[in-house]
Amino acid sequence: MAAEGKAIDALSQFELAPFLGPIGESVRFSQANAHMLLAVGLITALMIWGTARRAIVPGRMQALAEGAYEFVHDLVVGQVGEEGKRFFPFVFSLFMFVLFGNLLGLLPYAFTFTSHIAITFALAALVFILVTVVAIAIHGWKFLGYFLPEGAPKVLAPLIVLIEIISYLSRPISLAVRLFANMVAGHVMLKVFATFAVMMGSAGLVGLFGAVLPIALNVAMVGFEILVAFLQAYVFAILTCIYIHDAVHLH
Amino acid sequence: MVDERDGGGFAERLRDARARRGLDKPAGTAAKDAPPSGAWGIGFRAGVEVVAALVVGIAVGLLLDRWLGTFPWLFLMFFFAGAAAGILNVFRLFNPRSGRRG
Repeated sequence: MAAEGKAIDALSQFELAPFLGPIGESVRFSQANAHMLLAVGLITALMIWGTARRAIVPGRMQALAEGAYEFVHDLVVGQVGEEGKRFFPFVFSLFMFVLFGNLLGLLPYAFTFTSHIAITFALAALVFILVTVVAIAIHGWKFLGYFLPEGAPKVLAPLIVLIEIISYLSRPISLAVRLFANMVAGHVMLKVFATFAVMMGSAGLVGLFGAVLPIALNVAMVGFEILVAFLQAYVFAILTCIYIHDAVHLH
Repeated sequence: MVDERDGGGFAERLRDARARRGLDKPAGTAAKDAPPSGAWGIGFRAGVEVVAALVVGIAVGLLLDRWLGTFPWLFLMFFFAGAAAGILNVFRLFNPRSGRRG
């Protein structure tokens, strides 16, 4: 689609379009919303279907559901401690939503909703607000002591508090930008190499041989993108756990 | 006497065996393992942390300036505070706060 104009058009894949034509247009429902609903539906189906039979020797779906559950459970308990189990449903939903968003985006014709900073920042803001509310609910006014590490010289207190507050406020931004930038970079690279292949292939017999190289690179890239999809969902979840740990233990 | 020694020995042997197998996680060490990633991952994370802190510092400075009408000064101050916070973030990346004290 991009090779006609002799220009590499790698960004149009991130454009929002109304879902189902005029129906989506009238209620402002884009394909990003549709993919989010699809991800939530798939996660729900996986967990309901996977836990329906409760066999002692798990089948495929049950093993997948239990594996995902135990992975996030160990993550939360390992990072936050036993009292962090209260936050397990939140971290599990977040992890599965990001993971399915990343993986769905790798399918042909699919849309990667985690490549939109509006969505990643909404998730990061949710984490930020939750962590702040939890810290205030547990520790009350002592929460403000978080911004002044004990043992710091009193003369430097205003400076340290200022820097700590900025550092605290920068958390949701780095959380959002990391996921968003990783997904955008991966999909842009895939599209650029695919466009190389199409351009070379249209240049006759020699070009067809030349096109093998970008295609081979793209095959490797898709494998790498699957790794990145898992890794970024994991990083998102583990950073959420670290922030919850800071909020619960406050030091 | 014999029973007691056997009982203590068994509990000890069981504990040793479980530790060898890694079934009992030693308490307190689990919180330290950071997300695994290669040199690219670490470099990218450090870059994002610095930029995020700088963006927050600049935004807060500009907003306060617009509110108080002191254009360059608070912006400049928060710019440098943001840079310091960015360096603090990168420092925290390698020395997590939770692992340092208790």
